[in-house]
Amino acid sequence: MNQKTTPIIRFDSIVKRFPDVVANDEVSFSVEEGTVHSLLGENGAGKTTLMKVLYGLYQKNSGTIYLKGEKTDIVSPMKAIELGIGMVHQHFKLVSNHTVIENIALGLTDVSMTRPTRQIERKLIELAGKYGLDVEPRAKIWQLSAGEKQRAEILRALYRGAEILILDEPTSVLTPGETERLFNVLEEMVTGGKTVIFITHKLDEVMKISDQVTVLREGRVIDTLATASTNKRELSKKMVGREVLFDLERDPCNRGEDVLEVEGLTTYNDKGVIAVNDLSFTVCEGEILGVAGVAGNGQRELSEVLTGLRGATSGKVVINGKDLTNATPRRIADERVAHVPEDRIKQGIVGELTLNDNAILKSYRKRPFSRGIFLDYKKVREWTENLIEEFNVKAPGTDTPANLLSGGNIQKLILGREVSSNPRLIIASHPTYGLDVGSAEQIRNLLLKQREDGVAVLLISENLTEITSLSDRIAVLFEGNLMGMVERDQATREEIGMMMAGTPLEQL
Amino acid sequence: MKEYLPFEISERPNPSGWVIITVSLLALLSAFIAASFVFWAYGTNPISAYTALFDGAFGGVYELLETIRRAIPLLLAGVGLVIAFKAQFWNIGAEGQLLLGTIAATWVALFSPVPEPLMVPAMFFFGFLAGSLWALVPAVLKSKLGINDVITTLMMNYIAINLVLFLVQGPWKGEKQWGFPYSDNFPDGAQLGTIGSSNVHWLTLVIGLVAALLIYILINRTTPGYEIRVLGSNPSAGRFAGMSYVKTSIMVMFISGGMAGMAGVGEIAGVHHMLRNPSELSLGYGYTAIIVAWLARKNPLAVILTAFFFGAIFSGGDALKVSLGLPFQITDVFNGLILFFLIGSEILMNYKIEWRRS
Ligand SMILES: Nc1ncnc2c1ncn2[C@@H]1O[C@H](COP(=O)(O)OP(=O)(O)OP(=O)(O)O)[C@@H](O)[C@H]1O
Ligand SMILES: [Mg+2]
Repeated sequence: MNQKTTPIIRFDSIVKRFPDVVANDEVSFSVEEGTVHSLLGENGAGKTTLMKVLYGLYQKNSGTIYLKGEKTDIVSPMKAIELGIGMVHQHFKLVSNHTVIENIALGLTDVSMTRPTRQIERKLIELAGKYGLDVEPRAKIWQLSAGEKQRAEILRALYRGAEILILDEPTSVLTPGETERLFNVLEEMVTGGKTVIFITHKLDEVMKISDQVTVLREGRVIDTLATASTNKRELSKKMVGREVLFDLERDPCNRGEDVLEVEGLTTYNDKGVIAVNDLSFTVCEGEILGVAGVAGNGQRELSEVLTGLRGATSGKVVINGKDLTNATPRRIADERVAHVPEDRIKQGIVGELTLNDNAILKSYRKRPFSRGIFLDYKKVREWTENLIEEFNVKAPGTDTPANLLSGGNIQKLILGREVSSNPRLIIASHPTYGLDVGSAEQIRNLLLKQREDGVAVLLISENLTEITSLSDRIAVLFEGNLMGMVERDQATREEIGMMMAGTPLEQL
Repeated sequence: MKEYLPFEISERPNPSGWVIITVSLLALLSAFIAASFVFWAYGTNPISAYTALFDGAFGGVYELLETIRRAIPLLLAGVGLVIAFKAQFWNIGAEGQLLLGTIAATWVALFSPVPEPLMVPAMFFFGFLAGSLWALVPAVLKSKLGINDVITTLMMNYIAINLVLFLVQGPWKGEKQWGFPYSDNFPDGAQLGTIGSSNVHWLTLVIGLVAALLIYILINRTTPGYEIRVLGSNPSAGRFAGMSYVKTSIMVMFISGGMAGMAGVGEIAGVHHMLRNPSELSLGYGYTAIIVAWLARKNPLAVILTAFFFGAIFSGGDALKVSLGLPFQITDVFNGLILFFLIGSEILMNYKIEWRRS
């Protein structure tokens, strides 16, 4: 133990204050070279902030960062890149109308004047081959899947010579298969001597990929431990400060009337390919219908077509007994349909507006928030304060712009808003994306509570554990087709997995 | 290299009011410094140029009233542009919408059956309507067909300019104007009262001030204003919430064009009393109003200040022409430089630059 090499990074009493919160409070720990080091912590614990300090995006208020034992001032991302630090952000930062090569060229200083893309492309292909990061260099970013975008981001960091790679919640946007691939890439990198800092909320991933893990709570380091000498239960307890129950209590299902009836529904995706094909199912009062499937198999389009954001080319959507096929989003919301969208930053919130404004996004036309055309901000504020409190959203105040909240807290705000609108039907896409285990538990209990109150819930998730622990029935989507529908107690994980991979139920 | 720079730069996603004001003032200062090179190149001492400019704008009661008069059309059109910009609708067409207002006013004053006592309200009403309808064309083209708003609103200006030219040289050419391309003079009932012997048509000024307040309330305290703010900052979230982009675009352009139209009514009924060459009617108020709205950072109440500021540049610029013999384009040079620095400074608001602590 005492012949340890100098750690590649040492945080020494890092403090980072924002006007209203101390995001990092005397943070000290070390990261060893050639390892994967996980950062674990509740939403708003300060993980992203600490990494932004390391990457030169934020300036610390006090404390010191040592790189390879040397005191270093990281004044800007440019400086960080120069020092061999690369970062892949929680929300991607690529220019979507440009190609992968062009995105990598952005900010490079040493490209040749003539045919710069050729030079980049060659090196890119070489790097991609070395680490198994395949992505088409000439493809435009908007054409890429989440996994491909991420590989492009990693390539960009590696291209600039990153020795230390920071990944902020890289897996929350990935399919299980893509996560597997990412892990292979990371292992390849570590074998090659690089160091990875990895932020996630998924304890399985921490246990699987990392050598060391540091737990943060409310900006402070709780502990740094070797994954080999700990377990999930201990980690979650350290993180939340209490025992987290992984098994949920649920009453038997009291099925009532059908709330949502879907018949022969078909729609296309943005690229003009069939995304949902001849789908028929119902969801009734007091029931959670889980939709399982690998991401990109029509789930997004399904939730959009049900909420009026996308047109159906054929088939019928009936809600509360009313035919609402191709009705406007407002007409559908008026039937008390709540929607937790998949893309929370793009659809769920308006980043520049305050929490007050965001809390009434769906209900601003209703009393008591407005009378006639006038908004009553006093009532709105009261309501927002309640929401923040009840859903445990960490925010300095309701006048804060939403884009200053941490990723998980944004998600909690959206969930709270949608669930408290007194819905009859909740369409929830990946409701626990980016949530820490404690918050995820809270949200799952909340969905169960809604179900007991007679709400119909359509739960879309690729998290099989979440689906199987919450749903009464499980539908599996593959390439837009329904592979099968099983009752909760009749399904085995293997069967669901087979269906997710494209085998229809009848053939099992 | 970078480490020797004495600065630390970090992101500031939501700049505070003070930051915005400071950055805007710095941008103005930079524009003035840049303009002094223009004076210098002209062989004029920048300091005496700025003295003349200041005197011309604020030097006495007459100068001050002249500044206010220039500020009036900028206030009305600027307030209208704020609401369009707030919804991310890039209305570059206030100039044309303003001219449509002058056409409507001329029609009311000279060709309509409206009795004289009702002419003033009728002019403002029809002026508003004409500007609105003119602005609705790009609104519909953008929201229904996705046609670029900058291009359509800009092109519509040229149509409006030629429409006025056509009218004053053709059907509406005045019989008592010695063959000049003017319409006949407005009857007394269609001329706005002014303060003393100045050109300050106070009624338009009052309309502008009230509109600034109403639009402020509309944007910040009402549901349609909420829709404007949401759609202007994240259209997908607006759609998600069931808002209609088409409806909101039409509403903002209706108000935006209408305000410019009323600015035109004020100019023609308060100052010129006849339809004449568009470049004499407007002096590019519709374009300057873009800068006015921009400098106000899309806050309708701040437009009151920024319109006054640009009013001063116009009247001070007049004085420069007279006392120092500078070419009349000098105001355009000013406006251009100010807009240039304002837009250039936009990015600075989102970053914090500090001296590095050792
Ligand atoms: N630019 C900022 N200005 C003000 N407050 C901020 C800013 N960035 C983050 N915060 C606050 O600092 C705290 C820590 O945020 P951070 O984003 O680091 O959390 P996190 O651990 O990454 O959470 P999550 O898991 O939800 O992404 C939060 O309370 C957040 O609201
Ligand atoms: Mg984060």
